[in-house]
Amino acid sequence: MTHVEALPTWAALATAVLVLIGAALTLIGAIGTLRFGTFFERVHAPTLGTSWGTGSIALASIIFFSVLESRPVVHEVLIGVFITVTTPVTLMLLARAALYRERAEGSTRVPPHSVVRRARHLGAGEESGNDAP
Amino acid sequence: MTEAILVWSVGIAQAMLVIAMACNTYRLIRGPRAQDRVLCVDALYVSAMLLVLTFGIRTGSSLYFEGALVIAVIGFVSSVALSKFLMRGEVIE
Repeated sequence: MTHVEALPTWAALATAVLVLIGAALTLIGAIGTLRFGTFFERVHAPTLGTSWGTGSIALASIIFFSVLESRPVVHEVLIGVFITVTTPVTLMLLARAALYRERAEGSTRVPPHSVVRRARHLGAGEESGNDAP
Repeated sequence: MTEAILVWSVGIAQAMLVIAMACNTYRLIRGPRAQDRVLCVDALYVSAMLLVLTFGIRTGSSLYFEGALVIAVIGFVSSVALSKFLMRGEVIE
């Protein structure tokens, strides 16, 4: 790493701390996928890595290259925005697919569709009841 | 001084990311059902993308950024296609 000799100490420290935070959060999320028991608990764990893990490492890269090339280098923002936008889409699709599969097998660990529908119906009835004079 | 700080921190971060990828791979192989495996593919490509970004910091070359962006895009498309397949049994209807 001979290219970093021109780097001031504060930039090196900021890059180091941000990279370590991001990697540690990603590691905690990965350990979460190992230790949680069911799929619907497990689906929460990787979002640690995709929210602040990605954000922190992208920020470290922005600081590092901006100071190194002494001009603003912000193209890592693209990765951060892209991951932030796409992760909820993927995980909601996946969770709905998993719920559909559990219900289709008649599993008792998820609420059946009729219970959800009745709850929605009751909630709507209460709301209309309150609105009525 | 700055070189030592950066070499050590980026090295430790890369080791942590590799351990995270190993955890995801273990769950990918062992995961009891298909949705667990798809979830771990998703987490695995995010960790790989972060590893490529730290390689970019380590070598000081901004070429690695394009690689990370391509991994992010392709990983998103593949995860959505796999979720769609689990839901409907077909990807494009």
